[in-house]
Amino acid sequence: MGKPLRAQEPEPLHRRAAEDLSFIRATMARATPLTAVPGWGGVAMGVSALIAAGFAARQANPAEWLAVWLAEAVLALGIGGFALVRKAFRAESPGLLHAGKQFAGNFVPPLLAGALLTPVLYRAGLAGHLPGLWLLLYGTAVTTAGAFSIRVVPIMGICLMGVGAAALIVAPSAGDLFMAVGFGVIQIGFGLLIARRYGG
Amino acid sequence: MADRGAARRIARQKPVERPPELQATSGEAAASSLELDRLIHERMRLAIVSALAVAPSLTFAELKQILGTTDGNLSVHARKLEDAGYVTVMKSFADRVPRTEYTLTAAGRNALERYVGHMEDLIRMMKGPER
Repeated sequence: MGKPLRAQEPEPLHRRAAEDLSFIRATMARATPLTAVPGWGGVAMGVSALIAAGFAARQANPAEWLAVWLAEAVLALGIGGFALVRKAFRAESPGLLHAGKQFAGNFVPPLLAGALLTPVLYRAGLAGHLPGLWLLLYGTAVTTAGAFSIRVVPIMGICLMGVGAAALIVAPSAGDLFMAVGFGVIQIGFGLLIARRYGG
Repeated sequence: MADRGAARRIARQKPVERPPELQATSGEAAASSLELDRLIHERMRLAIVSALAVAPSLTFAELKQILGTTDGNLSVHARKLEDAGYVTVMKSFADRVPRTEYTLTAAGRNALERYVGHMEDLIRMMKGPER
């Protein structure tokens, strides 16, 4: 025999109220990714990449060249992270902060893959392929994270992936030029577009 | 102008655990003492108002994507909010394609603020005095 049937108890009002507030918060979060990506942060990252490309092109040996780009990567990630958090807090919107976290959560895994593959390719004597790899994975990160954002963000990611693919296939020897175009020019262009249209 | 007050209040609101012994009695008291705005108590309309509270305006397609609903459902509920004066609708053409854009009115923003306030009051009442 099964258990005796019991009448379904009504949902406690306070629980419904808490659910309503969570529902409102979640809806606001879904509506705010429109402005979570920092445009001016992207511009600053692009400028630093152009400067780094100039420095890197003058380096005589691969170790120094790699050191320049690793330093640039740390600097650019710092700028981007700071800009993302600053934009979310300036907007005073919990939804925007949530969207920023969501963006960052989808952004990081491809970058981790790049961090793991970098020493492997360098030790294998394939440093010339690193610019293509970095651009391809950074573009992947922007594209996947941008799925939760405005349309221009994944478009920027696809452009970066295209430049990365070109660097890998067409001309691995011109890595710094592709880095300047991808991390510099493309980020500055899209950064300005986002900053002007989507509030900074 | 994006939402400020309502969003901040919701962000500060923390989940509240009500003592079990208060469930039967205080629930009825709370229900009778709170006059909920029935118009936005309905989930889809609450979602529309909440989404518009954090965006200057949203198109029909954007709202549909954010809320994950059908054209018909969104149209019906948006019309009720429009009739109540909670949202305004702007119809135009972009590249010969019809474009419907929704904006939250001051009345709609106030209604959401009141609703959030009611929910917070309800949770406080259920929680009872701090021990």
